[in-house]
Amino acid sequence: MGRQLKFEIFRYNPEKEGDVPRMQEYTLDETPNMTLFIALNRLREEQDPSLIFDFCCRAGICGACAMVINGRPGLACQTKTKDQPGHLILHPLPVFKLVGDLSVDTGVWFREMYAKTESWVHTNKVFDPTQEEERMDNEVAEQIYELERCIECGCCISACGTARLRDDFMGAAALNRIARFVVDPRDQRTDEQYFEVIGNDNGIFGCMGLLACEDVCPKGLPLQNQLGFLRRKMGITAMKNIFRKK
Amino acid sequence: MQTYYSDLLVIGAGLAGERVACEAAQNGFKATCLSIVPARRSHSSAAQGGMQAALGNCAKGEGDGPDVHFIDTVKGSDWGCDQEVARLFADAAPIEMRRLAAWGVPWNRVVPGQSFYFKGGEKFEKYEKEENEGLITARSFGGTAKWRTCYTSDGTGHAVMCTMDNRCAELGIDVFDKKEAIALIHDGETCMGAVVRCLRTGQLEVFLAKATAICTGGFGRIYKATTNAVICDGGGHILAHETGVVPIGNPESIQFHPTGIVPTDILVTEGCRGDGGTLLDVNEERFMHIYEPEKAELASRDVVSRRMTEHMRAGKGVKSPYGEHLWLDIRHLGDKHISTKLREVDEICHHFLGVDPRVELIPVRPTQHYTMAGIRTNKDGAAYGLKGLYSAGEAACWDMHGFNRLGGNSLAETVVAGGIIGAKIVEFLKGYETKFDTAAINAEVKRQQERIHDVIHGRNGKLNVYKVRGEMQDALMKGCFVFRNKEGLEECVATLQSTLEKARKVGLVSDGAGPNHELAAALKIEGQVRLALCIAQAALMRTESRGSHNREDFPERNDAEWLNRTLAYWPVGADMPDLKYEDTTPLFELPPGDRGYGGGKIIPADEKYVKERTIKSPVTEIGKKK
Ligand SMILES: Cc1cc2nc3c(=O)[nH]c(=O)nc-3n(C[C@H](O)[C@H](O)[C@H](O)COP(=O)(O)OP(=O)(O)OC[C@H]3O[C@@H](n4cnc5c(N)ncnc54)[C@H](O)[C@@H]3O)c2cc1C
Ligand code: SF4
Ligand code: SF4
Ligand code: FES
Repeated sequence: MGRQLKFEIFRYNPEKEGDVPRMQEYTLDETPNMTLFIALNRLREEQDPSLIFDFCCRAGICGACAMVINGRPGLACQTKTKDQPGHLILHPLPVFKLVGDLSVDTGVWFREMYAKTESWVHTNKVFDPTQEEERMDNEVAEQIYELERCIECGCCISACGTARLRDDFMGAAALNRIARFVVDPRDQRTDEQYFEVIGNDNGIFGCMGLLACEDVCPKGLPLQNQLGFLRRKMGITAMKNIFRKK
Repeated sequence: MQTYYSDLLVIGAGLAGERVACEAAQNGFKATCLSIVPARRSHSSAAQGGMQAALGNCAKGEGDGPDVHFIDTVKGSDWGCDQEVARLFADAAPIEMRRLAAWGVPWNRVVPGQSFYFKGGEKFEKYEKEENEGLITARSFGGTAKWRTCYTSDGTGHAVMCTMDNRCAELGIDVFDKKEAIALIHDGETCMGAVVRCLRTGQLEVFLAKATAICTGGFGRIYKATTNAVICDGGGHILAHETGVVPIGNPESIQFHPTGIVPTDILVTEGCRGDGGTLLDVNEERFMHIYEPEKAELASRDVVSRRMTEHMRAGKGVKSPYGEHLWLDIRHLGDKHISTKLREVDEICHHFLGVDPRVELIPVRPTQHYTMAGIRTNKDGAAYGLKGLYSAGEAACWDMHGFNRLGGNSLAETVVAGGIIGAKIVEFLKGYETKFDTAAINAEVKRQQERIHDVIHGRNGKLNVYKVRGEMQDALMKGCFVFRNKEGLEECVATLQSTLEKARKVGLVSDGAGPNHELAAALKIEGQVRLALCIAQAALMRTESRGSHNREDFPERNDAEWLNRTLAYWPVGADMPDLKYEDTTPLFELPPGDRGYGGGKIIPADEKYVKERTIKSPVTEIGKKK
């Protein structure tokens, strides 16, 4: 208790004529158990109602509040001020389109990703409401869920060197999404079909494997394993394709 | 001005909204969904526990079926629900869970053989049958006779939300995020769509449709302390209510949970108390046993919430910069228990409090959790008052929850109701043509433009919207929380009346440019205070205690006078709601009786009234046996 926090916040509202990107300073008295959710809302409600940032669940489950906190992408709602220096520097996530100040457009980015990866179970079976459900091994179900825990916060994309250099790089979240369907026995896509989607430099072969993505993922998703798994699988598929073409 | 057309406009892209949209799209209609946040961030994804459906696949679910689920739901509602709706729900839930499995939800499945579970700290054994291997399994939840809650690890809402959103992508449904509906377009009889503010640009847009469905979730954020996401602010309710012709059903019916953490009111599970955790006051002394000698901390949600409030009112709360609270103590459960069985609690304490629950106390207080209250619809999901307007999910008072909803029943409601109501909308759309009344559209757009212009320029006044909102939230916390009585409610109504005056005089501090949040808050504040007044006034009038509505001065459930549902209208230009009442249910499969928990005296309904409405049903028999 008793610390006075200094905030340095990136400001730019593209909808405001003549506005220019800049850093703006604020101060706030720290209270016990203060998180960036509390701090930013207090700043907006008590000092500067023009501040733009996103929160939704404020409980670390929805992914809305990702931003760059003292140089590192993370979730603002689960960042406690007491774990940070008294001087906090906040930037919006790079790579995504800026909406204003600390808010970026993850919605459009991820919707395009669903289209690219065809993020749904591909099957020719038709649901029959009179029948018992198709059986599944519980371990497989849990394995699928482990990969589905991504909250689409965008931290991994922002931390990724390749994604910063290249607009069309799919990023770890998209590759992880593919892995989720690869392990799902309900999805009837073949390796060749997945290869069509990710077997190129925009996909798995563009990844440099430095794993900044896994380091920043707030959900601790095993991105490293998944990237390795896909790279091997797609490597083999590439080989097969080469031989087939001969 | 950008104008979009579709057959169905769904306002809200949580589970309920997307399920409705899928039904329309599958039947060849063009559906468009709007959401404040990307669909998957909707509050549906926060639900961890699971969703109820009587599949009866697991050992402890044996003998379960829609009839038993129906009985639990009606009892849970404290006989406040529409029994026709509860029946539709219980019968369709198993099919809907299987459909979700086909669409991609990784439900946990039955693993055959021996396993163990805990109940009241004791260890029990169970055997899962070989022949059920791989079928959807279930876990136990409060208030149910059988294990009926389908789940995916600790992230049911998240997993189902992902699958539903994938399904929308597959069907090519337009799901737009950062779009906030701010008014319905209607001519007093038919709904034609909505005026929407784009939260990327701040521009107004028009979405026209033959049918409109409001699926905007709950409105916990009008309370100061709530487990709800910040976007659960009543936006959708306000749209409907503001028309003057659509009522809010049972506004007094709001559910509270005893253990939200302070300051952010994130939920920590009931399991803490179930496993032996205790509640302590400012002197670090236990108090629940004083009020409830028998059950102490293990009394039901509403009872514990009431006792905690009472104790804080008696001056035993812990003061903090965020208001008063009490302590939850799980230190004595030990490291092993906390890091395995209460892992989620451990993580919440770590991330949001920086507290180690092995050695430190957890600050908690009762918190708003769920709104049974909502846009009143008939059993087809059609809103009262406007043709072409529908509502589903937590936003609606479809009314299968009555005065109390059971854990696991609301997440199930979103998809079950979404399916049923979606099919009814499809029926409505078939062969339906409409003309869009350009005069009505232009008038509404102009009205919204003026409203925005006025608040930005402080034409009505310069009151600070956040201060006004705080006043409303405080008034509800004080007078309309877990405990209610005549004096408290009268004071609350009086305060809120003056808050309403203030809400009409807010003006922005900032310039309101682009995706400005202060403007969004200002545009809904008056509607929010109206909702608050409906809650307070309806609670003041209802002189009984039923489910979550607890009147200290009227502790009995009074079926003789109050076996009815409140309908709160807000006539255009009025200063107070106009309250009307209707029967809770057109027929009884299960005639009013004792819930079997929660205690309390019941003043019985007129025998003839009940008899005339009671129909023959398999349930009457089972219900009696229980
Ligand atoms: C912490 C917590 C845990 C829970 N756990 C469980 C559980 O285990 N089991 C269970 O059965 N229930 C649980 N519930 C309740 C359950 O999660 C909700 O009732 C349910 O998910 C509501 O779904 P919905 O589709 O109706 O609305 P939501 O999922 O809340 O979606 C609302 C949608 O409307 C949009 N929206 C809102 N206003 C506007 C507007 N003006 N314009 C455009 N779009 C708008 C939002 O962006 C969002 O997309 C829990 C609730 C909480 C708070
Ligand atoms: S490992 Fe690949 S995906 Fe991850 S940050 Fe590096 S380049 Fe990006
Ligand atoms: S993989 Fe992790 S970091 Fe990337 S979007 Fe998903 S949750 Fe965020
Ligand atoms: S607000 Fe949902 S993760 Fe931070």
